[in-house]
Amino acid sequence: MTIATAFLALLESRPRHGYDLKQAYDQHFGHDRPLHYGQVYTTLAKLLRNGLVTVDGDETSGGPDRKRYTVTEAGVTDVQRWLEEPETPQQYLQSNLYAKVIGALLTGRSAAAVLDAQRDEHLTAMRELTRRKGQGDLADRLICDHALFHLDADLRWLEHTAVHLDELAEQVRG
Amino acid sequence: MNALLTAEGLHKAYGPTFALAGADLQLYAGEILSVMGPSGSGKSTLLHCAAGLTTPDQGRVAYLGRVLSELDDVRRSALRRREFGFVFQFGQLVPELTALENVALPLRLDGVRRKPAEQRAAALLERLHLSDKAKARPGELSGGQQQRVAVARALVTEPKVIFADEPTGALDSVSGEQVMDLLTGAARRSGAAVVLVTHDARIAAYADRGIVVRDGRTPARAGIR
Ligand SMILES: Nc1ncnc2c1ncn2[C@@H]1O[C@H](COP(=O)(O)OP(=O)(O)OP(=O)(O)O)[C@@H](O)[C@H]1O
Ligand SMILES: [Mg+2]
Repeated sequence: MTIATAFLALLESRPRHGYDLKQAYDQHFGHDRPLHYGQVYTTLAKLLRNGLVTVDGDETSGGPDRKRYTVTEAGVTDVQRWLEEPETPQQYLQSNLYAKVIGALLTGRSAAAVLDAQRDEHLTAMRELTRRKGQGDLADRLICDHALFHLDADLRWLEHTAVHLDELAEQVRG
Repeated sequence: MNALLTAEGLHKAYGPTFALAGADLQLYAGEILSVMGPSGSGKSTLLHCAAGLTTPDQGRVAYLGRVLSELDDVRRSALRRREFGFVFQFGQLVPELTALENVALPLRLDGVRRKPAEQRAAALLERLHLSDKAKARPGELSGGQQQRVAVARALVTEPKVIFADEPTGALDSVSGEQVMDLLTGAARRSGAAVVLVTHDARIAAYADRGIVVRDGRTPARAGIR
């Protein structure tokens, strides 16, 4: 998701001033990284140029803080397209970790130890997220949950792979 | 720091089946310790031995310097009742008793009179937002509510150690989370330590640290080489 798309969605909910957009973005999308004003201005300028937002009637003078922005038909279509398109499932971890397992088996090292070390790393991250979750509001909790469910899925794959290591070793060496 | 509970070199066989073949566990005061591992690896057996519910064939379990296998049955069960609390996966509440009576039960078994026992149980149910279920019997409660009552029952004696074996095993992720928030929140407030057996990493993540059981052992971490 880009900042521009998030702005369009925020503007589809209602027209907003530049300052209000930044606040709303930071609250709903920005969790770890609040926007700089520079990013707000350049994003709005680009959206204006591409005809995805308009500035309300007589408020065209003054800085972006003062101007009120409204999403256009084309902007709404962009939001629709963004929401319709599923995210590419991320496979980076699996492929990197799988490569390490194969690397360990090929070189006669302990693939189980590779998996154990990864399990520790994952569990440490999951404990930290669980702690954070306990202190956060609902939005924080759900974002932590998303990460937790993903790490959990990685771990399940890892346990599953651990069971098949002997078999895999035979194939790799054979 | 000295461990509150130490289990060393535990072996346990059921006929030809080895459930434990050299398992260790150290639990420090106030900590939450997860015990993970594949199905059949010996997690429950380790928990049962550590809690003095099962006597190991070899090895010893010491709680605050007292070796559990050296206590007679009466003393061992008194120690369990006073110092330990238990939460299992399911089926642990007495079906004929109300939620309130179930929570009061450990106190009643320890000789506390009905009225004060039920007063303490009611106060705990209230703290856990379960007051409206006090008169319900287990059969009238959802799985998640039953587990929360079970947590209340484990807490009512203000134990030093809570042994929990798959406490959320039969629950969906939302009720599982409620039970874990309750269990770990209450344990942290009262300073109780928790042994948390689970194969679910999201549940284990509530712990401060974890051990893994494999084939009845709790092996130290091996190097990659
Ligand atoms: N009372 C018993 N009688 C006979 N065998 C038993 C008994 N309790 C456990 N076992 C055996 O000991 C081994 C370890 O069992 P245990 O219940 O400790 O595993 P676990 O790690 O808790 O598994 P799970 O995740 O499935 O609960 C298994 O092979 C099991 O069949
Ligand atoms: Mg078990």
